[in-house]
Amino acid sequence: MILSIALGVVLFTMLLALIRAVRGPTVFDRILAVNAFGTQTVLLIAVSGFFTGRPDFLDLAVLYALLSFIGVLAVLRFAKFGELADDVREDG
Amino acid sequence: MSAILEFIAGALVLVGAGFVLVSGIGLMRLPDLYTRTHAVSVSDSFGAVLILLGLAFYATDPFGVIKLLTIAVFLLLTGPAAAQALVKAAYSRGVAAEIEAGNGAGRPDDPA
Repeated sequence: MILSIALGVVLFTMLLALIRAVRGPTVFDRILAVNAFGTQTVLLIAVSGFFTGRPDFLDLAVLYALLSFIGVLAVLRFAKFGELADDVREDG
Repeated sequence: MSAILEFIAGALVLVGAGFVLVSGIGLMRLPDLYTRTHAVSVSDSFGAVLILLGLAFYATDPFGVIKLLTIAVFLLLTGPAAAQALVKAAYSRGVAAEIEAGNGAGRPDDPA
């Protein structure tokens, strides 16, 4: 029962993050919402794995946590500099 | 699982879910990018860590516990780092804050 409450809360927060991703006036609001959505996805995998009694997909959660962090940093780099190249000088 | 361990696990998961819900509501209701980033980075990361710690009590084999703790440590480290990178990029792009200090400091174009 506790896991079902947690599952409902995580799904509801994913919905709120999606609404912010659509509404957000700046691109950084959308990046923030997608980052939150990625974290909620990791939680969703973990909680629903234990809810159904098959926690075999925790490896996917580990992988997705890593990938979403790298993805957010890549999108931020692109939003700040306009390119993803290695030799962009970071001044400021 | 004994009753007290089940109580601790349930309490951790519920409190973590409460933090996650608060971060979602803050993401929707707060007026400004910087306040929203503060809400999401603090509550979301901490709530996720609490939920994962609570789930570690439900795991049956030690690899499950190790994986859950790995995710928790990683989220604890990278959540605030991503938020700091986001706010730094937004500030250098000139995203204005709706809530300023009294003397005008905090706007991207302030001379101080």
